[in-house]
Amino acid sequence: MYKILDRVDYSDDVYMQVIEAPAVAAACKPGQFIILRIDEEGERIPLTIADFDRAAGTITIVVQAIGKTTRQLQKLGKGDFLANFIGPLGVPSVIEKVGTVVCAGGGIGVAPIYPIARALKEAGNKVISIVAARNQNLLLWEDRMREVSDELIVTTDDGSRGRHCLVTEPLKELCEAGDIALVYAIGPGVMMKFCSRTTLEYGVKTLVSLNSIMVDGTGMCGACRCSVGGETKFVCVDGPEFDGHQVDFDQLLARQRQYLPQEKESLDAYLVSTAVNKVA
Amino acid sequence: MTNNIRAEKPARKPKRLAIPRQAIPEQPAKLRATNFDEVTLGYDQETAILEASRCIQCKKPKCVEGCPVGIDIGAFIKLIGEGDPAGAIAKLKETTSFPAVCGRVCPQEEQCEQRCILGVKHDPVAIGRLERYAADWEFANGSSGKPKTAPKKGKHVGVVGSGPAGLTCAGELAKMGYDVTIYEALHKPGGVLVYGIPEFRLPKAIVQRECDYVQSLGVEFKLDYVIGRTLTVDQMLEDGHDAIFLANGAGLPSFMNIPGENLNGVYSANEFLTRSNLMKAYRFPEYDTPITVGKRVAVIGAGNVAMDSARTALRLGAEVHLIYRRSHDEMPARNEEIHHAEEEGIILDLLANPTQIIGDERGWVHEIEVIDMELGEPDDSGRRRPVPKEGSERRIQVDAVIVSVGTKANPLLTRSTSGLELTKRGNIVADENTLETSKKGVFAGGDIVTGSATVILAMGAGKTAARSIDRYLQGQPLLNAEENEVTTGTAQLAGVAS
Ligand SMILES: Cc1cc2nc3c(=O)[nH]c(=O)nc-3n(C[C@H](O)[C@H](O)[C@H](O)COP(=O)(O)OP(=O)(O)OC[C@H]3O[C@@H](n4cnc5c(N)ncnc54)[C@H](O)[C@@H]3O)c2cc1C
Ligand SMILES: Cc1cc2nc3c(=O)[nH]c(=O)nc-3n(C[C@H](O)[C@H](O)[C@H](O)COP(=O)(O)OP(=O)(O)OC[C@H]3O[C@@H](n4cnc5c(N)ncnc54)[C@H](O)[C@@H]3O)c2cc1C
Ligand code: SF4
Ligand code: SF4
Ligand code: FES
Repeated sequence: MYKILDRVDYSDDVYMQVIEAPAVAAACKPGQFIILRIDEEGERIPLTIADFDRAAGTITIVVQAIGKTTRQLQKLGKGDFLANFIGPLGVPSVIEKVGTVVCAGGGIGVAPIYPIARALKEAGNKVISIVAARNQNLLLWEDRMREVSDELIVTTDDGSRGRHCLVTEPLKELCEAGDIALVYAIGPGVMMKFCSRTTLEYGVKTLVSLNSIMVDGTGMCGACRCSVGGETKFVCVDGPEFDGHQVDFDQLLARQRQYLPQEKESLDAYLVSTAVNKVA
Repeated sequence: MTNNIRAEKPARKPKRLAIPRQAIPEQPAKLRATNFDEVTLGYDQETAILEASRCIQCKKPKCVEGCPVGIDIGAFIKLIGEGDPAGAIAKLKETTSFPAVCGRVCPQEEQCEQRCILGVKHDPVAIGRLERYAADWEFANGSSGKPKTAPKKGKHVGVVGSGPAGLTCAGELAKMGYDVTIYEALHKPGGVLVYGIPEFRLPKAIVQRECDYVQSLGVEFKLDYVIGRTLTVDQMLEDGHDAIFLANGAGLPSFMNIPGENLNGVYSANEFLTRSNLMKAYRFPEYDTPITVGKRVAVIGAGNVAMDSARTALRLGAEVHLIYRRSHDEMPARNEEIHHAEEEGIILDLLANPTQIIGDERGWVHEIEVIDMELGEPDDSGRRRPVPKEGSERRIQVDAVIVSVGTKANPLLTRSTSGLELTKRGNIVADENTLETSKKGVFAGGDIVTGSATVILAMGAGKTAARSIDRYLQGQPLLNAEENEVTTGTAQLAGVAS
């Protein structure tokens, strides 16, 4: 059992939790993720390690509640326990000094990009970050990102904060201005697809972190597979980071939708059961 | 449910050889195709005694030669015949750790029963079923107590993987007085026994009981530990493990590398079975993990894994077509599984090989194209090589495809370990008799060494490893060929699926 030490709600849908998992905290590096399972009936879901504290033996996750498991997790807080917490999984980001790096985080993707941006900055890079969201309420960790960036750009799709545009617009401008050695883009599949498309024009190397559906996270099942450069890769062990210009995003997006009807059934049943409990 | 025991029970004590091999009661095919309960129900005492009485107690028993761990088969059968199942289980436990498992899943027709002398003119003694009977008797009537454990030796062994190889090795070492920790990547122990082999063939309660037993010997289980990620083998050696046994299996699924394999609805057998068994997706939405089969499913392959996938898909409500490139005779699964699958209504599409999977506009499987095959000259394995019949391509409409064409060694652990010699296929190189690897203090056995093989071979490897590790830690010379009566499978060409 793994103890939840803290929960902070950022909005109705987005929250942060700090979980006691000393073995994971001792080993993890930026770019890696964990898999958790709430209880005996639970699904195994992957979440990126957004922060960690080796001394305290804790891992921080930032989650967007979208379906049954992430909703159920949202109800848990300080003092509650998770049945399983496995990690660190995936290949860590390669952190090198390359020059100027753009870190573009979309929505919940800002959390996973934060430790990467921090490490890139510590390695001596100039870090320009773009923090993007659909609206102001979904904007995440602007302050934290500012701390680890030389420059910070905020965009919202609806203009409620920062620039009124999509993340690709400032990205394009930066590429245009030149001298960008590397782009990191993490967020929803569609966002990563268009960021990669944008940078391809300028030939700027772009790394993305894929969020395919997973089960074991150790290379045993192949649920997470995705075509990269025409080859099938297992995202959980070969990734999650890949060259965005090589990824078959349409396949990734299609595979993410594999269980939509079941996910809806599961969430609806859960919402009904919690509503009933509230009345009782 | 004893109504469909097929053999008749004679009224008076018959002549030994006139007694037919006793059938095992099982759920009727129509009924069991709709549930996940165990298919075969086991002998009752009377039937077990009758079956045991068929054994002629050979002086030089051939059957024992066929058992990779050399169980004293005549002796345990004799005790069953005398109405002493407690004695029988004690006898079995001298050699095997998991009689309830092996009695159910060993390919007996290629091992002990194949050699049984009665098989020459009649049917062989049902050794597996009797083994299972004794083990189930113990389960129902309470264990005969914990075995004696030696005084603590003050040395610590790390075991990676909790499949049959790891569990056996850990149990044996604990009995010898070592402190043992098992590190398991998944959230439940048991390896393939828990994530691969379905409930209807091997109830998970049995696997859990075997794991509980190992724990009761003092073995510590660290679940959710991925060696190579959470901790590396090198770190384990630095952190006070005096020796390590690598038993991480061969769990990397192979695909066919044909177009369309990443479409929605295409599963590896590992994924399909893991969802169903480990995550209990067959009980969705009570359990959260989903699984989809649709109306018609194609399963590719004909090994045990393919049979398990096909029969699981059937139980989830699909019409199942099993596509295999050779003929019925070459199907590598256990005879019993093939027989059960056919009874349940799995449709065999033999001498056919998939060439591509075709999707619809939403990226879902829609059809599978196969080409008909004919058998040509024998290949290296002695089986006749299937060759495609030109122009015979045809398409079958399906909603899901389960690819079961074998597994390879998962490189996650081996890549992160320094100084570990591997074969070309990525398996760990270990000495046939001692299971030593090229890395000092590190031993390896089971599927990670042999490639996918059998439960009993993995168990045998676990036993050998325990003896080797004991000697290593006491500074004694390791086992040589004569001393090692257990087959570890390293020298055998193993290959269950494909
Ligand atoms: C490497 C990786 C890192 C991730 N990091 C984060 C993170 O830091 N924060 C965050 O909020 N989300 C993250 N995700 C996505 C997160 O795993 C899904 O949102 C979560 O599984 C949804 O589960 P659910 O039951 O709440 O929703 P569901 O209703 O079950 O699913 C909603 C959608 O989530 C995806 N999904 C469903 N099940 C899984 C699964 N088992 N594995 C992966 N995706 C699934 C599907 O695309 C699905 O349509 C990450 C995914 C991956 C692969
Ligand atoms: C579906 C299926 C059906 C089968 N049917 C039969 C049958 O009927 N009869 C028969 O005799 N054999 C059968 N087999 C084969 C048999 O199950 C295997 O040969 C046997 O389980 C091998 O045992 P093992 O201990 O070597 O490995 P496994 O049982 O594979 O166990 C390995 C364990 O190590 C864990 N692990 C892997 N990597 C790591 C890591 N890095 N860190 C920590 N833990 C790790 C895995 O999660 C797993 O639990 C079947 C196999 C399958 C897949
Ligand atoms: S362990 Fe397997 S091979 Fe050995 S006697 Fe039992 S069923 Fe036969
Ligand atoms: S070979 Fe057959 S008859 Fe002889 S001891 Fe073995 S099981 Fe009994
Ligand atoms: S999640 Fe199973 S192989 Fe990647």
